[in-house]
Amino acid sequence: MANQMVTASGDVVALEPGLKGVTADWSSDQRAFKNVPWGKAMMWIFLVSDTFIFSCFLVSYMTVRISTTVPWPIPSEVFALSFGGEPIPLILIAIMTFILISSSGTMAMAVNFGYRRDRKKTAALMIVTALFGVAFVSMQAFEWTKLIFEEGVRPWGNPMGAAQFGSTFFMITGFHGLHVSVGVIYLTTVAIKVLKGDYEARGNYQIVEITGLYWHFVDLVWVFIFALFYLW
Amino acid sequence: MAYVAPAEVDDIELHDPQSFITKYIWSQDHKVIALQYAATAIGIGLVALVLSLLMRLQLGFPGTFSFIDPSSYYQFVTMHGMIMVIYLLTALFLGGFGNYLIPLMCGARDMVFPYVNMLSYWLYLVAVLVLVASFFVPGGPTGAGWTLYPPQVILQGTPGHDWGIILMLVSLIIFIVAFTMGGLNYVTTVLQARTRGMTLMRMPLSVWGIFMATILALLAFPALFVSAVMLLLDRTLGTSFFMPAIISMGETLDYGGGNPLLFQHLFWFFGHPEVYIVALPAFGIVSDLLSVHARKNIFGYRMMVWAIVAIGVLSFVVWAHHMYVSGMNPLFGFFFATTTLIIAVPTAIKVYNWVLTLWRGDIHLTVPMLFAIAFILTFVVGGLTGLFLGNVVVDVPLSDTYFVVAHFHMVMGVAPILVVFGAIYHWYPKITGRMLNDAMGKFHFWVTFLGTYAIYFPMHYLGFVGVPRRYYSIEGTDFIPASAVTLNQSITIAAFIVGVVQILFIYNLIWSYFKGKPSGPNPWKATSLEWQTPQTPPVHGNWGPNRPLVYRWAYDYSVPGAAQDYLPQTMSPDDPIVGGHLGRGDEKDHHS
Repeated sequence: MANQMVTASGDVVALEPGLKGVTADWSSDQRAFKNVPWGKAMMWIFLVSDTFIFSCFLVSYMTVRISTTVPWPIPSEVFALSFGGEPIPLILIAIMTFILISSSGTMAMAVNFGYRRDRKKTAALMIVTALFGVAFVSMQAFEWTKLIFEEGVRPWGNPMGAAQFGSTFFMITGFHGLHVSVGVIYLTTVAIKVLKGDYEARGNYQIVEITGLYWHFVDLVWVFIFALFYLW
Repeated sequence: MAYVAPAEVDDIELHDPQSFITKYIWSQDHKVIALQYAATAIGIGLVALVLSLLMRLQLGFPGTFSFIDPSSYYQFVTMHGMIMVIYLLTALFLGGFGNYLIPLMCGARDMVFPYVNMLSYWLYLVAVLVLVASFFVPGGPTGAGWTLYPPQVILQGTPGHDWGIILMLVSLIIFIVAFTMGGLNYVTTVLQARTRGMTLMRMPLSVWGIFMATILALLAFPALFVSAVMLLLDRTLGTSFFMPAIISMGETLDYGGGNPLLFQHLFWFFGHPEVYIVALPAFGIVSDLLSVHARKNIFGYRMMVWAIVAIGVLSFVVWAHHMYVSGMNPLFGFFFATTTLIIAVPTAIKVYNWVLTLWRGDIHLTVPMLFAIAFILTFVVGGLTGLFLGNVVVDVPLSDTYFVVAHFHMVMGVAPILVVFGAIYHWYPKITGRMLNDAMGKFHFWVTFLGTYAIYFPMHYLGFVGVPRRYYSIEGTDFIPASAVTLNQSITIAAFIVGVVQILFIYNLIWSYFKGKPSGPNPWKATSLEWQTPQTPPVHGNWGPNRPLVYRWAYDYSVPGAAQDYLPQTMSPDDPIVGGHLGRGDEKDHHS
């Protein structure tokens, strides 16, 4: 059965699948994305723009890493933590990545409960997601502290090799950490509003999904940063 | 279970203004925000105009004015370029015209997210204030040229290398954040908030141009954002993103291993789309002006739309034609010269279609029409020299000469500004309810149009004889003939005449606001939605109780069989005025 949608005037419009549907939507009136509220469209467009920012950052990182004349520090040694005298490479970052990916799971569940209008579970899952985010940023702060005070890494130089290592690392993980922090505030705000029932009047919990879009994006970006910084 | 779509929410909720402050200052009304944007942009643009006149004083009469030393000259060059391109043209076309026209032309009540739209303006104002502040810090504003190339931009010896450049970069970062807030609104409003019947292929080309330009800006400004952040870190924290090992003034600096070419790539990945961010709204607006004032439908509407889209896509793959002499891999030149010349195809399509729109039209030589025709001439001249410069072998000897200055001023300085003037003369009646004075307008037009040719035509010659650009003085250079010096004087005189006549334009704006002839709702007898509002000027919410219903495209002029020579987009095919003939754009599928 083809999808249908109801417009404000009560018309039932059949939605065609596939490429035909895309063409029909784009050449029809009022809105190009039929089932999509403007807030969701706007978030997608913002994320595309933000993707360009992160891409430029990462391409710049790759460029300076290639063009610098000094050897690049070995990531698995720099990002190792010692437990009982034995250094385990990348252990901290593995935990951080695990936490952030898990937070995407709780976020997806929150969206689900949002559409079921289960306010308590939605808010609880969003708070859990935010707490995962806080844990991530805290561990990042720990990682930064260790790099700065124990390893002597500075934005303008470090004892292990190319100065650009510290510059790009602090800049890009810092910019990503800023995104996570903003996401935590965003999630908390929406969670509180969900709990207070602010969205009951319209009975519409799209905002949870929109918040989720942002959060998943921040997670996805982290996968690229993780691969390019820690595994390369 | 099949997914049940939520019912469409027809109208966005409006925040009705309560007091003077929320109505005129912290306003969320797109029309007020548009005027705030436009006023701020024109204000800072006048500063840039004065800077250009100061430069001309030095070039025309070197050594006569003791307050212009080499440092301040470079500062004038830099700030003139940066202000004109970003803080005037980008802000005016997208923040000003975009804000005003998109909701009105699409039949929306406002932008989709008015609060963020308001923040966009206030953040833009902060960016402008930070920029202005750089004139007053120790060392003055940066004098590195508007391209801000490292490493010289932050080295000793460049004017404003301490505070000026920091404020410049901070201002750019704020501007980009501000623009993103507005730009998201413009794109989303066009995509998701049009009125019933307003399909994408019935939108006026003004909206298409602004829409595509905003998409370009949302994808191109990130590169500038990233390069500004990295340059700021190089300057303040001593990182070496763009800084190779350098010996400056006999001293080895702490920098090393960075890549100056990376900055150029990032900058032009922004910089070239930026040309089209300015040009596409001009293309769109001029198409509407030509159609309205020639009483003819725009020739090849679909082709015009696809040309806008094609130019937008291509503009992202031509950036390194600004870097033929930068020392990048010469093989890149081949690729980028090819893409650059390909972009001439959709551009030429647009020019032919403008001319064919005029052909056998009922041309009314109103002031907006004069500016529109002048745009075509100027754009063709500037575009043709672009073909010269797009070829590597021709570009290399012409690089960094006045030929380049002439080219880009013609194509992205004068041409878009002519459209800005035309658009202001065209829409001023809708904004204020009064016509701009015609005599002052015609005088302003002829002096501006002929004056800009007197300024920029000779510069092509200066470029061919090898006069380098950005030089404080060309005295003592044997290869430059004496004619260059006298030409420079005449250019300076022309520049001052053009500069002074802009005061008349500002005066006209103010005088007509109080004393202008009342215009009525639709003085040009135009079809597009903004002329069909129940009130003039339109009030908050634009449309009264019901949003308009659109039956046709925006170009039903001189439709055979119709009782009047224009059919507004809101006119039903059943209306007796239509005379039974269907105009273009309503032959298909639409409910009516």
